[in-house]
Amino acid sequence: MHTTSPAPVLPPPEMSLSIFGWLRTNLLHPWYNALLTAVLLAGLALAAGPVWRWVFILAHWQAVAVNLRLFMVGLYPSAQVWRPGVVLILLAWLLGGSAAHHRGMIQGVSTMLLVGLVLLAPLLTELARVSVAGAALALLAGYGLAWLWPHSKKLWQLGWLLSLPIVLIVLGGVRGTGLSPVPTTQWGGLMLTLLLAVIGLVASFPLGLALALGRQSTLPVIRWFAIAYIELVRGVPLVSVLMLFSLLLPLFLPASWGRPDTLLRILAGLTLFTAAYMAENVRGGLQAIPRGQYEAATSLGLTWVQTMRYIILPQALRAVIPALVGQCISLFKDTSLATIIGALELLGIAKSVIEQSEWKGITGGVVFEVFTFTALVYGVFTYSMSRLSRRLERDLGVGTR
Amino acid sequence: MNGYCAYNSLLLWGEGRGEWVAIMHQPQRTLQTIPFYRNVRVLAVLAQAAFAIGVVGLVWLLVATMQENMRKQGIPISFAFLQQPAGFAISEGLPFHPSQSYLTAFGVGVVNTLRAAMAGTILATLLGIGVGVARLSRNWLLERLATLYVETFRNVPLLLWLVFTYAAIRETLPRLREGPALLWGTVLMSNRGIALAWPQTSATYSAFQPWLLAGLGLGGVVWLWTTYTARHRGVPWSATALRWGVTVCGVLWVSGFVWTWAMAAPPLVWSIPRIQGFNYQGGLVLSPEFAALLFGLVVYTASFIAEVVRAGILAVPKGQREAAQALGLSERQTFVLVICPQALRVIIPPLINQYLNLTKNSSLAIAVGYPDLFSVGLTINNQTGQAIPFVMMIMATYLSMSLLTSWVLNRLNRRLALKTS
Repeated sequence: MHTTSPAPVLPPPEMSLSIFGWLRTNLLHPWYNALLTAVLLAGLALAAGPVWRWVFILAHWQAVAVNLRLFMVGLYPSAQVWRPGVVLILLAWLLGGSAAHHRGMIQGVSTMLLVGLVLLAPLLTELARVSVAGAALALLAGYGLAWLWPHSKKLWQLGWLLSLPIVLIVLGGVRGTGLSPVPTTQWGGLMLTLLLAVIGLVASFPLGLALALGRQSTLPVIRWFAIAYIELVRGVPLVSVLMLFSLLLPLFLPASWGRPDTLLRILAGLTLFTAAYMAENVRGGLQAIPRGQYEAATSLGLTWVQTMRYIILPQALRAVIPALVGQCISLFKDTSLATIIGALELLGIAKSVIEQSEWKGITGGVVFEVFTFTALVYGVFTYSMSRLSRRLERDLGVGTR
Repeated sequence: MNGYCAYNSLLLWGEGRGEWVAIMHQPQRTLQTIPFYRNVRVLAVLAQAAFAIGVVGLVWLLVATMQENMRKQGIPISFAFLQQPAGFAISEGLPFHPSQSYLTAFGVGVVNTLRAAMAGTILATLLGIGVGVARLSRNWLLERLATLYVETFRNVPLLLWLVFTYAAIRETLPRLREGPALLWGTVLMSNRGIALAWPQTSATYSAFQPWLLAGLGLGGVVWLWTTYTARHRGVPWSATALRWGVTVCGVLWVSGFVWTWAMAAPPLVWSIPRIQGFNYQGGLVLSPEFAALLFGLVVYTASFIAEVVRAGILAVPKGQREAAQALGLSERQTFVLVICPQALRVIIPPLINQYLNLTKNSSLAIAVGYPDLFSVGLTINNQTGQAIPFVMMIMATYLSMSLLTSWVLNRLNRRLALKTS
């Protein structure tokens, strides 16, 4: 009897390209691609020489090197500059401890911080090098401690909870103790940029969450309030919100309270502005949750709070992590607007450095050097954040569960 | 007490279907005995009332404090100051004299904002589409360069680009007479700004104007008529109609231009910039402030638009391209007829967002000294101390611009969106 058997399933033909094959498909085929490649290469070759010469010969990088402390901590008094160092060490220690408990993203952050610290060390002055080295050791020590004592997960989380007040106390000081008070007008540089971003994030996330839930609420008064707030804030630029708080906050508070701190005014504006955007991001996640989830939770007898806490928010927030990290990146970049209100954060320092009199003799000043460095600092942080977001997405299995 | 009795007796009576009887009677019982503080409907009303009272109370408290403070400072809140003469000059935009009112000054600022926003939107769209398509190029080198562009400009705050560009123009470009002339003298650069060759109407323009209007009118008629006949044939929308209209209009314009030129002189000529005295003469002169603002807004927003365009094109399923090729469509036809219409539906909503962002970001002009509505408003505030009217005017203007733009573009989007019904 004649039988047929299915042909064996063959693997797909192997795609292997020699180096010439790669060049052909990616750069030279068809003819207009080859032309394009030639034009681009010619352009690059023309630009490479002057750029190389500027970076390694002409540029006055000492404008950055001399002012490195200004860039990092601003006008923080030089006798007290060990305090930001202590903060760095404390945060590195906490990060190391958490990295041992939570794999994935936090480990990524720790590794990046460690590499960053090691790379930074040779560039710095003696004191800064001590704190950077201390931070690197603290990170490793924290990791070791948490590794030796595996049941300490809750303690490390408590440490993070307490870290923000501790950091603010260490930086701000307390009257009448060894930590002499340092007014916030003297905080600056990268330290201030990071503080604004972190406090803004910590404050705006719960507010944004509440607004998002309010916008989804069945109670019309609360829903309309949330909608009005979100749309109003998203319709105006951040500068105007900052200006609102800068000019009007003193008017709206009782005169007996005194003029509110500039930093506080900036933070209030930044927080209330970012919260509206956070709310819209979270709403995207809430709307993506199928109705059946709510109904199932209700039929199980869960209250509204329990439904949100255990069923809806864990799914909704996971779905919008990329958008939330994007918002963090925006917030980090938006802190630069504090310059307009008069805070000397990273960009404000950059602007003041190019105005220093010792660089006025140089033709064209040190505009390119200073802004290239500042852009690099911003870029390192935002680029790392976007890389971490991609990693977090993968770890949490967004779109695959 | 009655409820309980009925409940028990019924349960005993209906032994076999006791459960059913109990369920039937339970709602009645709960309705009678539920206290108001556990009734969801009453609670909802109470919660909303409490919330409303809280918000209104807070606002009332703030306003009362504000009025008290204003009374102490002796500044009355009113918009009457807007009619007073401004007393300051505005460096660019519509002609403005210090003797004109604060309101006029604010209007000049609004026009300056619109000017920057419109120019920025057009240029950012062009650059963004170019970079977005380049990121999908098969040419490896081009794709890498486009990625480098996007990552560089997107990851650094816009304000840094603005301040940097402004400082670069003011500090590193040479003085007026020593500035470089690029592209055969059509572009002049110096620390006084950038001057570009620009078309300008000449004496014969009045003879050309009828041709312009006739082109528009006749083109419109042709377009409408072709659409009408197409609809008559049962075709709801036809691309050829628009093409015919544009062709007729273009033919009339070109022939009018050639005719005027043949009779006397061209109605439009290039105005080439040159240096006269301490300034540029002729051409389109961009002040350092405007050039810095425009450059920053365009390169920053373009990097976001590039990502939007790229995501939109990638969102078209691969099968669409393959199907189009299987039908024998050329590469160009595939892109224009198959990929583009579907990608546009994905692209337009986030693109609207980017346009709104650009408009709002133009308020950063304050950092480079371009007199947009925010910076003019701030000057007014510094002179008059009227902080509350200032903030209200600024916010209302931006809010209405945002709402208007999003309303217009959302209507356009609805026309392009897939009809689901």
